[in-house]
Amino acid sequence: MKKAEFKLDTLTCPTCVKKIENSLNKTKGINSVRVLFNSSKVKVEFDENETNADKIGGVLLSLGFTVLSTKIT
Amino acid sequence: MLYINKYKNKITAISGILIVFGFITGAFGYINFKNALLILATVLAGIPIIIKAVQALRLKTFSIELLVSIAIIGAIYIQEFTESSVVSFLFLLGDYLEARTLEKTRSSLKTLIDMAPQEATVVRDGQTITIPAEEVEKGDRVVIKSGGKIPVDGSIVLGQASIIEAAITGESTPVFKEVNDKVFTGSIIDNGYIEIIAEKVGDDTTFAKIIELVEEAQESKSKTQKFLDKFANVYTPAIVLLAIIVFIITRDLRLSITFLVVACPGALVIGAPVSNVAGIGNGARNGVLIKGGEVMDKLSKVDVIVFDKTGTLTKGKPEVTDIKVFGDIGTDELLGLVAKAETISEHHLGQTIVKEAEKRNLDINNDSVSGEIIKGSGIKAVVDGRSVIAGNYKLMNNENIEMDDKVLQYATEREKEGNTAVYAAIDGQIKGIFSIADKIRDDALTSLKQLRKNGIKKFVMLTGDNRHTARLVSGKLGIDEFYAELLPDEKVEHIKKLKNKGHVVAMAGDGINDAPAIALADIGLAMGEGGTDVAMETADVVLMADKLIQFSHAYALSKATIRNIRQNTFFAVAVVIVLLAGVLSGNVHLASGMFIHEASVLLVILNAMRLIRFKSR
Repeated sequence: MKKAEFKLDTLTCPTCVKKIENSLNKTKGINSVRVLFNSSKVKVEFDENETNADKIGGVLLSLGFTVLSTKIT
Repeated sequence: MLYINKYKNKITAISGILIVFGFITGAFGYINFKNALLILATVLAGIPIIIKAVQALRLKTFSIELLVSIAIIGAIYIQEFTESSVVSFLFLLGDYLEARTLEKTRSSLKTLIDMAPQEATVVRDGQTITIPAEEVEKGDRVVIKSGGKIPVDGSIVLGQASIIEAAITGESTPVFKEVNDKVFTGSIIDNGYIEIIAEKVGDDTTFAKIIELVEEAQESKSKTQKFLDKFANVYTPAIVLLAIIVFIITRDLRLSITFLVVACPGALVIGAPVSNVAGIGNGARNGVLIKGGEVMDKLSKVDVIVFDKTGTLTKGKPEVTDIKVFGDIGTDELLGLVAKAETISEHHLGQTIVKEAEKRNLDINNDSVSGEIIKGSGIKAVVDGRSVIAGNYKLMNNENIEMDDKVLQYATEREKEGNTAVYAAIDGQIKGIFSIADKIRDDALTSLKQLRKNGIKKFVMLTGDNRHTARLVSGKLGIDEFYAELLPDEKVEHIKKLKNKGHVVAMAGDGINDAPAIALADIGLAMGEGGTDVAMETADVVLMADKLIQFSHAYALSKATIRNIRQNTFFAVAVVIVLLAGVLSGNVHLASGMFIHEASVLLVILNAMRLIRFKSR
């Protein structure tokens, strides 16, 4: 189990939060998703055997969000 | 897709220009040319909106973009190109302005994050190297020069400095620190030079924890917010449905799409969260961590505050408040002799006297001291060949030290004022009295006055200390009720009683001893150790600078924040009602409806921004 934190471009619409939560929750290997609307961050817990931070970043990108930085712990 | 997002601002600007040109050409009578320009503007500005709407729809979420998209397509269908282009342009412009202003309301947290140190100078294998702050490891020796930023939490091992700890405490006055003192990440060396050993690095530093706590707090939603979120979920599809019904009844497509646009729930949804974010941010910058919207709401309703005495209303550390000298001896000479004698004592009163001597830079070298501790009474010693006896009245009596009425009267007076009197006799003669007391915090009286002014009805003090001292402290501060000689579980009982009477109770106390009472109170407040993990986890409100005045700021701030949320909600509802009435009476059209809608969202954010600058003092 690993944790990743993605810093995104400023989130403005509260619907973005739903969008991110819904699609990441459907992504394989992801155990939990938390979107911090006000700090424009996405915190994800994932299984490193099934997916990786790059792939998750890719999902965010395909949803139309620019990932500014990624932190993995 | 990403491409469009990246150039959204440019797209907005171009479509705006196209619209202006469209109107100009229209004014000269080239109607076809005008329409072409306006259609182009609509398509350009409409694409990002429609894409977003579709994305959300694919995830089965109804978005505001969906409402707007339907309106744009509808407007093109009935060939109202002016309306369609203005609506799409205004929506994008609104989006841009929202992002800009939202950034501002979040800026107070950003200024905090910006205080994070970027790099560190460490000594490794005898070499001084500069590395990124996050690469510092536990145990590293870190060098910080004047003007530099402390990159990790640690203890000073060399040097001294005056340090500005605003990033942690919100206080901009520098504090002086020297060897063995702890320093915190994000503090700035105002003057001096220190070397420290890193103790907490990366995400474990107090600074990192504060940032995380504030981020989480800004995210945690109050009941009203949760309700509004749910409301928006139902509201948006309901509006689509209603618009269809309006169309079926009136057969007026223009009316139904106007209805769609003005009913967007913008200001209503964003009103409460922005106020909370701005309020919490203001607190964080002033050294008060308020843990979320729910806490903000409750804090504003508090009407009774319960204080622990020691360490909360008082400093928690006894100090020498006065030294009275009798006969032919200097104050420093007397203090020096007694302090030397007291170095062999473990008693806290003795230690207080030693500390006072250290503070006055007196020599307390105890090579020439021999003596004995008389348990529960004081100390008997020989210092530099002179006999020193220091202790309570009983000890003086037992040692047959003569004391006249003047001395005894003075001692009684001091004791009445809440001091403990320590008698000192040199060579068998009474020479002085040390008054020792746990002083009331300097800001206690002002803070309590401000709190009362802002709406606190009753102050209660609970203490384990004796009745006499409790009465004195509560009298000086104007506390309404006090209960002394209590055990921790008796404190809990008092909180329970107050809550049962229907009061909203805040409890301020020592984070460890008073933990159960703090947990039970509606609002728990940890004092005296703002930076510790326990305090930061258990309390609802954390005071980083250990100052009561911060509590009074937090209370005033919570009231202002809740007021702000009410204003925003009221305003948002009023705008929707006015707009709907305007649409139904035919006074508000698609473009003007969009304009008013976007303007109301911006006004709500601007109103919340006032909280960033809120000052209670």
